[in-house]
Amino acid sequence: MALPDLALDYTLRTVALGAMLLGLSSGVVGTYAVLRRESLLGDAISHAALPGIALAFLLTRSKESALLLAGAVAAGWFGALLVSAITRTTRVKLDSALGLILSVFFGFGLVLLTFIQKQPDASQAGLDRFLFGQAASLLRRDVQVMAIGTLAVLLAVLLLWKEFKLLVFDPDFARVLGLRVRLLEVILISMIVLAIVVGLQTVGVVLMSAMVVAPAAAARQWTDRLSLMVLLSALFGVMAGMSGAVLSSLTPRLPTGPTIVLVVSGLVLISLLLAPNRGLVWNWARSRARRGQVRAEGMLRQLAALAEHHGSLEHGHPSAVLRASGWSPEQVEHVLHDLESTGYVRQVGADRWAITAAGMARVRTAAEANKAGDVSAYLTGSGGEVTGEGQP
Amino acid sequence: MADRHNEGVPAVAVQDLTVAYRERPALWDVDLTVPSGVLLAIVGPNGAGKTTLLKAILGLLRPVAGQVLVFGEPVEQQRRRISYVPQRGSVDWDFPASVLDVVMMGTYGELGWIRRPGRRERERALAALDQVGMRELSDRQISQLSGGQQQRVFLARALVQAADIYLMDEPFQGVDALTERAIVMLLQQLRAQGKTVIAVHHDLQTVPEYFDWVMLLNVRRIACGPVAQVFNEHNLRLTYGGRFAMAAFAREVEETAPTVVTPDRSSSGGGARGAA
Repeated sequence: MALPDLALDYTLRTVALGAMLLGLSSGVVGTYAVLRRESLLGDAISHAALPGIALAFLLTRSKESALLLAGAVAAGWFGALLVSAITRTTRVKLDSALGLILSVFFGFGLVLLTFIQKQPDASQAGLDRFLFGQAASLLRRDVQVMAIGTLAVLLAVLLLWKEFKLLVFDPDFARVLGLRVRLLEVILISMIVLAIVVGLQTVGVVLMSAMVVAPAAAARQWTDRLSLMVLLSALFGVMAGMSGAVLSSLTPRLPTGPTIVLVVSGLVLISLLLAPNRGLVWNWARSRARRGQVRAEGMLRQLAALAEHHGSLEHGHPSAVLRASGWSPEQVEHVLHDLESTGYVRQVGADRWAITAAGMARVRTAAEANKAGDVSAYLTGSGGEVTGEGQP
Repeated sequence: MADRHNEGVPAVAVQDLTVAYRERPALWDVDLTVPSGVLLAIVGPNGAGKTTLLKAILGLLRPVAGQVLVFGEPVEQQRRRISYVPQRGSVDWDFPASVLDVVMMGTYGELGWIRRPGRRERERALAALDQVGMRELSDRQISQLSGGQQQRVFLARALVQAADIYLMDEPFQGVDALTERAIVMLLQQLRAQGKTVIAVHHDLQTVPEYFDWVMLLNVRRIACGPVAQVFNEHNLRLTYGGRFAMAAFAREVEETAPTVVTPDRSSSGGGARGAA
C-alpha cells in the first residue's frame, strides 16, 4: 500500500485515530502518575481490568466493546482502590500491594478467560484481544467510546489543574489549605483507570502500563514546567500511537499495539540520552567541562604560588615541574595551552611557562570570591561559580 | 491582622491529646494552650513527638483521644487562619515548578475549586517572596535551590496565606546563616503583627533569643510556658534524660553550630559523651 492511499484507508483511519486517542489520554494522565511515583499503579490497574472484562461477558453474553470496557473500568477501579486501602490500613508497602493486586486480579482474569473459551456457546468471544491488544478489531463505535473517555480525562485535568498540581507536589499542604485530598485522589485514580481502559483494546492489558509511564518519563526530560510536561507527554503519546498504527499497516504481520509501545520506548531512550540539562550526553559533557575548569584553576594557583616564591613573573617553569599528582604530561600540556590562549599564562622559553599579571589577578579574585562565596551564593543563587573561563 | 474578636480565646488549645503509631504512643495525654500572639518553640529529643503534635493540631492525623481547638473551634472550620511550613525534606524538590508556582500554592485554599490564581495572587506571592529575600529567584526552578532557599520558599508559601497561626516544622534545620537571619526577622515581624507562631526547634541555645514561650516535650508534656519561667536545667533534664548537663551541652552547641543533634537517650550522641 502506498502512503497516499493510507490516508483514505478506512480501517487504518479508525485504527490510527484510536491509537492517537489512547496516546493522548495516557500521556496526560501518565504525567501525574509518574510525578506521584505511582507509575506501576497503571500496571496494576490494567491487569486488574481483565477479570472485569470476562465477568461482563459472562453476565451479559455480549461482545459489545462498550459493555466489556465498562466491566474493565469497574474492575480496574476496584483494584486501584484496594491498593490504596491496603497501603493505608496495613503495613504492606505500595510496591507489594501493587504486585499483590496485579497478580491476584490477573490470575483470576485468566481463569475466567479459560473457562469462557471452553464453553460450547462461547463461539469465539474474542476476549483475548484484550490480552495483547488487537487494533484491527477497532470499530468506529469503539473509537467513539475512546473519544468520550479521553474527553473526560482532559476536562478533569483542565478544571482541576491547580488542585492536581498541589496534590502531587505536597498533599499534606493541600489538606492544610482545606482541599478535599481524598476526593481528589479518587478522581485522579479514576482518570488513570479511564485512560487505561481507553487503550486496552489497542495495546492490551500486558503492555498498557508502558503507555502510562513512557510518554511522561520522556517528557520530564525536556522541561521543568508542569504544563509543558503534560503537553509534551500528550504529544509523545499521540506521535507513538499514530506512527505505530501507520508502521504496522505498512508492514505485513506487524502488530499495532507492541509497535506503538516500541515507538514510545524509542522516544524515552532518545530523551534520556539527548535532552538538555537532564540527558546523559549533556551531563557527560558538562562534567567534562567542569573537570577541565578545576584543572585549569589548580594549575593557575600552582603557577601563582611559584611566581610569588620567586618574586617574579618572568621566571619560567618546565611542564614536568607543574605536573600535579595523577596528571599525564599530555593533560598538563593541554591545560597550559588552554590557559595561554586565555592570556593567563605565557610561554617564556622552550617548555618554560610563567603566569601573567592577568593570571595573578584572576587567582586573587577567585580566592576572594571563594571566601565570600558561601554567603553571596545564597543571596544571588549563583551557587558560587567562580570559574567562568578555562576550558570551553 | 490578628482577629480582635478572639481576644482572650487561645490561638491553639490541645486537650488530653494521645496519638499512637500502631501500639507505640507518639504523644501521651498532652495538654497545650497557646495564647494569641506568642512565639512558641517546641523542643525535645528525637522521637519526642514534636512533628506529630504539629500534624495533630493541623488535623493531618487522627488522634486516639483528645481534642484540638483553633481559636475555640475545630481546625476544619479555621483552615484559612492556620498555615503550615513543613520540613523541607517532606516533598520532592525535583517537581517541575518554579519558585513562584510553589509560593502561589498558598492561595489555592481561598480560591476554592476550579478557579485559577490570577494577577492578584501573583502580586501577593511576589510580595511574600520579597519578605524572605527571594524575589529575584521567583522564576528559578525549585530543583536548583539550596536548602536555605527551599526553606524560604516554604515560608513565603505560608505567608501568602495571610493566616493568624503559623506552624513550622524545624524552620532552622540545616539552613545557612543568611536564611537563619531572614527567618528570625520574619518571626519578629509576625510577632509585631500579633500572629502566633508554633515552631519545632532543635537548637536549645537560641530558644531564649528567638522565642517567647517554650514547650518541652518528650511524648508527654514536661513543661510549657514563658521561656524565663520554664526553660531551666531541671526541666531540660526531665526532657532529655538524666545524662543531660547544661554546661557540657552548651559547649557542644558552640562546636557544632548552627544545628545540633540533641543527645538521644538511646544513642551515645555528642552531647551525652561530653556530659559523661
